[in-house]
Amino acid sequence: MIKKILIANRGEIAARVIRTCKKLNIRTVAVFSEADQKAPFVALADESYLLGPPRVNESYLKADKIIQIAKEANADAIHPGYGFLSENAVFAEKCQEAGLTFIGPRGAIMKKMGSKIEARKTMQAAGVPVVPGTDGAVESADEALAIAKEIGYPIMLKASAGGGGIGMQVVESDAELTKAFASNSKRAETFFGDGAMFMEKKLENARHIEVQLLADEYGNAVHLFERECSIQRRNQKVVEEAPSPFISEMTRMKMGETAVTAAKAIGYTNAGTIEFLVDEEENFYFLEMNTRIQVEHAITEEITGLDIVEEQINIANGEALTIDQASLNINGHAIEVRIYAEDPVSFFPSPGHITTMEAPAGENVRNELAVTANYDVTPYYDPMIGKLIVTGATRAEAIEVLKSALGNYKIDGIKTNIPMLETVIDHEAFKAGNTTTAFVQKHYLPMVKTN
Amino acid sequence: MQEVKASMAGSVWKITVNKGESVEEDQDIVILESMKMEIPIASEEAGTVKEIKVAEGDFVNEGDVIAIIE
Repeated sequence: MIKKILIANRGEIAARVIRTCKKLNIRTVAVFSEADQKAPFVALADESYLLGPPRVNESYLKADKIIQIAKEANADAIHPGYGFLSENAVFAEKCQEAGLTFIGPRGAIMKKMGSKIEARKTMQAAGVPVVPGTDGAVESADEALAIAKEIGYPIMLKASAGGGGIGMQVVESDAELTKAFASNSKRAETFFGDGAMFMEKKLENARHIEVQLLADEYGNAVHLFERECSIQRRNQKVVEEAPSPFISEMTRMKMGETAVTAAKAIGYTNAGTIEFLVDEEENFYFLEMNTRIQVEHAITEEITGLDIVEEQINIANGEALTIDQASLNINGHAIEVRIYAEDPVSFFPSPGHITTMEAPAGENVRNELAVTANYDVTPYYDPMIGKLIVTGATRAEAIEVLKSALGNYKIDGIKTNIPMLETVIDHEAFKAGNTTTAFVQKHYLPMVKTN
Repeated sequence: MQEVKASMAGSVWKITVNKGESVEEDQDIVILESMKMEIPIASEEAGTVKEIKVAEGDFVNEGDVIAIIE
């Protein structure tokens, strides 16, 4: 039985995991960098340990040091959150070797899903449709040009080992491809130590819809329906909702079943998410699998009534799932917006000192916060400083709650994307559920650039 | 003379010009990394790079002078 968990993460997700631990009477250990000494999650944990200087490779990516602290603190498990070491198979294996339970799937599966090329092959073999593209790594620009002739533009160029939008670019012509290949391959080499690239056809008017999965160690797996995450900027999500306003009940069932079948075929365990691209005819194609908890897990919790972190801990404890597919229902509608410390038009980061911070409160409003008033947002980490999650009996109701909640949000001292979020949710296309991945490009930017 | 300044806090990811090199208006001088994003800092006018005041990996604050263009 897990009695004490070290959370190998920071920000809102560290605070979120600690909250569930408290509910389950599990003791918590926080680890933090010098830049995060005053962060709320550090104060929430029962114990906290300094990892090192602010830079991630001297703090949150120091796998050995984190394991050493876990041992010293007598923790019996590590929750990796998202980002950082959460999809690092070597870290997961090292935890197990050190006698610590890694709250997530086995390292071997993480390794497979961590490579876009390997993941694509595995999913294809498990009967999941994939986007037309390369089956192996593309090593040179010449090879890329030959493939482009076959699949046609526009093409999405991606770093095989990539993540967080780094090394990813849409190209429309041979000239663009040649240029983008060189720069992105080099960048991927710098960031991930692997310059291998991967190409796939960019679907027009596509939606990004993902299926949340839970799987135990006894071959049981369920899906917790889908999340629509199409509204993105810089290839990163900004607004997420559940259920999707677009897909039919039939497609919902098919996507869920496909995801569960795939999870069983690869022997997946713990919480995971399969991301799909969905075209205008509701055809869906595998995009990637995230072998960890996701930022937007909260909207699934709101519509299903489950605590996904609690499920993760139970599965890691070797318990069988207590829910089956037939007992799961969608209750109402939930929307999450990510609050970023950034300019709402250029999307450039805006680190700095937060003077005032008042998050909205009320029925059907949930906040997951990484910061407080009188707090320094540093440039070392992701710009997300919080999440606002709202619910309603219907989508229209949820949008109304969101509108009023955003209106009551008060952050001074740094720029945030709140004005962008207000514009997006007030847009007719959003209200109508026309949320494709081109939303920001097509609807938001033209509006703000003319104003 | 123009002082090229950091538009936000971050670390210097890459310096894209050399001292003595002539640069055009809007040409990138350095690329900063802040909050996991690369932010190019460009020269506002054409000229010659007189001095580069930072090294790759340095941390800069908003308003810090990065380079001097003459």
